[in-house]
Amino acid sequence: MNQSSNEPVLQVRDLSVDFPHKDGAFHAIESLSFDLYPGKTTCFVGESGSGKSVTARAIMNIVDPAIITQGSVTIIDSKSQTPLELTSLDTDSEAIRAVRGARIAMIFQEPMSSLSPVHTIGQQIIEAILLHQDVNEAEARKRAIEALAAVHIHSPERAVDRYPFEYSGGMRQRAMIAMAIACEPDILIADEPTTALDVTTQAEILLLIRELQRKKGMSVMFITHDMGVVAEIADDVAVMLNGRIVEHGEVDQIFHAPTHPYTRKLIDASLGLEQSDARPLPARPDTPLIQIDDIRLQFGGHKSWFSKTVHGAVVALESVSLSLWPGEILGIVGESGSGKTSLGRVLMGRYKPVSGNVIYTDRQGRERDLTQAASFRDKQVYREIRMIFQDPYSSLNPRMTVEQIIAEPLKINGLASGHELRERVATLLERVGLSASMMERYPHAFSGGQRQRIGIARAIALEPRVIIADESTSALDGSVRAQILDLLLDLRDELGLSIIFIAHDIGVVRYLCDRVAVMHRGRVVETGLAHQVCDAPIDSYTQRLIAAVPRPDPRQRGLRSV
Amino acid sequence: MSSPTTTLIEPSADTTEESSAVRGTLAGTESQWQLIRRRFRQHRMARISLYILIVFAICALFANFLAPKDPLKVQARYTYAPPQGLHFIDHDENGDWSIKPHVYGYKVEVEPEALRRVFVIDPSKKIYLKWFVEGHDYKLLGLFPSNIHLFGPERKRDPLYILGSDRLGRDMLSRLLLGTRISLSVGIVGVILSLFFGVLIGGLAGFYGGWFDAVTQRTIEFLRSLPTIPLWMALASAMPSDWSPLRVYFVITLILSLLGWTELARVVRGRFLALKDEDYVAAALYDGASHVRVVMRHMVPAFTSHIITAASLAIPGMILAETALSFLGLGLQSPVVSWGVLLQEAQNIRVLATAPWLLAPGLAIVIAVLAMNFVGDGLRDAADPYAR
Amino acid sequence: MTLYLARRLVTMLLTLLALSVVVFVVIQLPPGDFITSYIARLSGSGETIDQAVIDTLRERYQMDAPLLSQYWAWLKGMLHGEFGYSFEMKLPVSEIFSERIGISLAVELLAVVVMWAVAIPIGIYSAVKQYSLGDYFATVIGFFGLAVPNFLFALILMYICYVWFGVTITGLFSPEYMNAKWSLARFLDFAQHVWAPVLVIATAGTAQLVRVLRANLLDELNKPYVLTARAKGLEKRKVIMRYPVRVAMNPLVSTIGWVLPTVISSSFVTAIVLNLPTLSPILLRALLSQDMYLAGALILFMGVLTMIGTLISDLLLAWIDPRIRLGMVGAN
Repeated sequence: MNQSSNEPVLQVRDLSVDFPHKDGAFHAIESLSFDLYPGKTTCFVGESGSGKSVTARAIMNIVDPAIITQGSVTIIDSKSQTPLELTSLDTDSEAIRAVRGARIAMIFQEPMSSLSPVHTIGQQIIEAILLHQDVNEAEARKRAIEALAAVHIHSPERAVDRYPFEYSGGMRQRAMIAMAIACEPDILIADEPTTALDVTTQAEILLLIRELQRKKGMSVMFITHDMGVVAEIADDVAVMLNGRIVEHGEVDQIFHAPTHPYTRKLIDASLGLEQSDARPLPARPDTPLIQIDDIRLQFGGHKSWFSKTVHGAVVALESVSLSLWPGEILGIVGESGSGKTSLGRVLMGRYKPVSGNVIYTDRQGRERDLTQAASFRDKQVYREIRMIFQDPYSSLNPRMTVEQIIAEPLKINGLASGHELRERVATLLERVGLSASMMERYPHAFSGGQRQRIGIARAIALEPRVIIADESTSALDGSVRAQILDLLLDLRDELGLSIIFIAHDIGVVRYLCDRVAVMHRGRVVETGLAHQVCDAPIDSYTQRLIAAVPRPDPRQRGLRSV
Repeated sequence: MSSPTTTLIEPSADTTEESSAVRGTLAGTESQWQLIRRRFRQHRMARISLYILIVFAICALFANFLAPKDPLKVQARYTYAPPQGLHFIDHDENGDWSIKPHVYGYKVEVEPEALRRVFVIDPSKKIYLKWFVEGHDYKLLGLFPSNIHLFGPERKRDPLYILGSDRLGRDMLSRLLLGTRISLSVGIVGVILSLFFGVLIGGLAGFYGGWFDAVTQRTIEFLRSLPTIPLWMALASAMPSDWSPLRVYFVITLILSLLGWTELARVVRGRFLALKDEDYVAAALYDGASHVRVVMRHMVPAFTSHIITAASLAIPGMILAETALSFLGLGLQSPVVSWGVLLQEAQNIRVLATAPWLLAPGLAIVIAVLAMNFVGDGLRDAADPYAR
Repeated sequence: MTLYLARRLVTMLLTLLALSVVVFVVIQLPPGDFITSYIARLSGSGETIDQAVIDTLRERYQMDAPLLSQYWAWLKGMLHGEFGYSFEMKLPVSEIFSERIGISLAVELLAVVVMWAVAIPIGIYSAVKQYSLGDYFATVIGFFGLAVPNFLFALILMYICYVWFGVTITGLFSPEYMNAKWSLARFLDFAQHVWAPVLVIATAGTAQLVRVLRANLLDELNKPYVLTARAKGLEKRKVIMRYPVRVAMNPLVSTIGWVLPTVISSSFVTAIVLNLPTLSPILLRALLSQDMYLAGALILFMGVLTMIGTLISDLLLAWIDPRIRLGMVGAN
């Protein structure tokens, strides 16, 4: 950040954007003012709906169907110091189009849908170059290849003629960045560019953006909701809440001396996970509750019409062995495609492994093999092993009232009826922190966190011994997530549950779990105590994984080239 | 036991954060059907169309009672009589007026060029109408014998052709009413048959998947790639000519639904597959619910509204197909009266030029089909109140 | 790509086989075999038929053999270009075909072209200017296009032209060109007549295509890649034409699959009302008189036509959509 100067490249003053509405207007952002400086990264944080993305679009003056109601966005030429006000320009005028892509470039959250599916990467980059640079097609192609090389895409000469769907997620985001920097803009706006990516890929993209920024002295406006990412890359931070900037300052001040209560809440939510202490392990009896033994699972493979061999079988799990001990919370972490969700489904009897077995010792001390379909026909197993789902929206039947949803397992298993059933549901609702008076409502009246509580109430209704939670907090915003985690901890202590917690978020696992198993490409690469694995990993993949997790503290920046 | 760690956020933060999601939505106690009804009512065209369809349904149910004349009665005296229209306000010689429904009579003129007899409305002859007159015998709703009609001429022998008459002097209005009954019922019965095939086959394909699904998919693709009208016609033309009208009616309906079930099967199968992946269906399985319970309690309620929508959108197609078949002489045959059979009379340009009122059934078709499409659209928009 | 083509061709052949079975079943449906019923009808009207002709026919179609070999004989004949014999018109089916097939195809193709040429600009306009006056107008017209049956539209058009302009719009040629050889004059005469059937046939299909294109395009207009393209500095109009329209066209191409059956169905009815010298009136006559060989051949022919159309649309789709061309499953 040595190129930073005190002259801003972009000045935003008193900017407001409204979404016109049948009755009145929704104020997406209200009188925002901030500056962006060359060579500096300004992070915009806030939970979904706080107006971060709208701000980015307002700078580009592409907000339709919304309208910019007041304020100014002024871009200042770094050499001539000539200012140009953007909001007063027509949204499709030549003057503003000369700025877009050339002086302000933008990258987005979902690289797949942000690139046209029917044009090659090359066509899309070349278009941007031809728009702003006075070169012929061949030269533009050459520059596109250079841009791809600059973002470290292998054999860019060939990659340039590929379609987005032939790229991996991380590659696509690199291609987006290549397109954005092809015309060497002064300002790069990155709207949650790593949210859809795995943590190791995220680290690579963050490093790439930083590298390019240093090389070209760009100003970066980085929008994210992840405090870890903020701590890792920001120079300045603007905290947004309900369309307003509630706090704006240097990164160290934001993290270590926040003034606004909302900022403090955000910092606490992420730092709290980080700073939790190890809990004492529950006492371990002789036999584990669930013993997973050398599981192998494979998918698919359709026989083709012409030959008998099985094509394209994907091995999802390979020699996986694990045990779950009574009373413990076992975390299973891994990136997408690591096999963690498949493992959960094997435990629920939804997938049948090719070999290996899963021995569950039930309440009566009988051993049941969970890979056998017969075990799941027996209601006892259903009652003792319960599941909490990832998506709080699709896991509750929208056509049933909360009462019906929670009563369903009780009714099916003939455990209660009539007045008693109602009482039980009321108790369960209160147990998960909801009011019993909410019973007659339908799920659509509840927020994500409340729905997840309802899902938990349904899970504990049958007084289970084991709960399998598959990414159960990943759809929730920071502070709500923390509440659900605490609820799970309380329930574990109170009901003597054992929990298998499947997650991709190291911070969550570190906070919640006693032990952790790290999965990579269908195998368990490391198991150990949660704090041990998270703080001093042994396996090389785990080390990479942990190193890639951004620390929510700007004083502990650790992102290095891997 | 107590948790060794401190809680991250005080529980009080919970209430401020989360209760905001509850705002507005009538406390969220509305059931699926209440939500659907509310959404449907917001669709203005659909609501108006629904009222129109109710009128059509009443016409169909009480066709005989509403019809002033026997729709099958031939009256050679009044061939191609033009529509008389309907007048409510009666002016007498003194210039006073009163409300007294009436029509004008006819006089015969000879067209000079073609030397043809034509009927001309004669405003000097007034034919007054009476409510609840006795007329031809019929069975109300097919059950109760009666001869009372909603209205008719005061004197029984006076001509009454509000919408004109056809080649054989039959009353178009009465025929149109009867045709409404037949045409609408073909659509509805046809869709019920299609629904039966569609739900059965589509449901099985969605539920079992595998080879059955593959075969069903191919079959549906195959049937959809065929030009339907010629095939329908070929099937219809293979019917022996000596079958009774009722039998022809049912076979025609069957033929229409034979090719019409594919769309419904596609919808049912698609919904079934989508629902199978819903977490709440998995949750029900994990609750220990039997397959029957999962299907009946969790899946069926989620797609009945979609099925109703698809069915309501299929009815106009059926009606149009029946009309086209009958129009070409391959569907229902006289003496059965349907909109298509009625329009068959209007095939010739010469006839059309002399008696354009024979196109009246066409207007009925267009209005009915438009209304059904709007209602279907409204239902489709309302069918899934939980879509995000 | 070659593999894809090969697979599509194999599927098409199988589908054709299935269609031929369906058609054969239809031929067999009327009670008794058709030669007996034919003779019965002829003798009913006092005509006679040469016993020798009957015998050759019985043998040719193996009337006395089991159904399966009858089917085989019929199929084999088809493959050799012998489509059978029209008892009604006393002509080989192939002769009737060659007379009228050109006109049939011309009218149908013209209708398809008009449909697309009209639907694409209207669809794009409706989606881009959603809820504008023009959009409402297009929607209303579209609803009528769907609700008015073809034959009714043809009747109304006929009536209006006759009563208001004194023009009869039936047929495709003026009487003097009816049996003339093709010449520029005859072509111009054809062009003067063909607009009416094309208008009638194209209307319903156009309405449906506009709806499909409008819905697809509305979906695509909200995709993030549109924002990406605008953020590059591309003009809004160019963005729309180059990206969302391009993507929304793909499903439109695949609609050829159902557009063709619709066109054939509606041209069938229209041709009869407007009395066009195409294959359709022949099929109607054949069906009414249970001249099943002729009818069967005609239906099979129409089926083949739609299948070729579907094949072309699939290939076109693979050509314009890289996701399908490169074997990615489940584009759309």
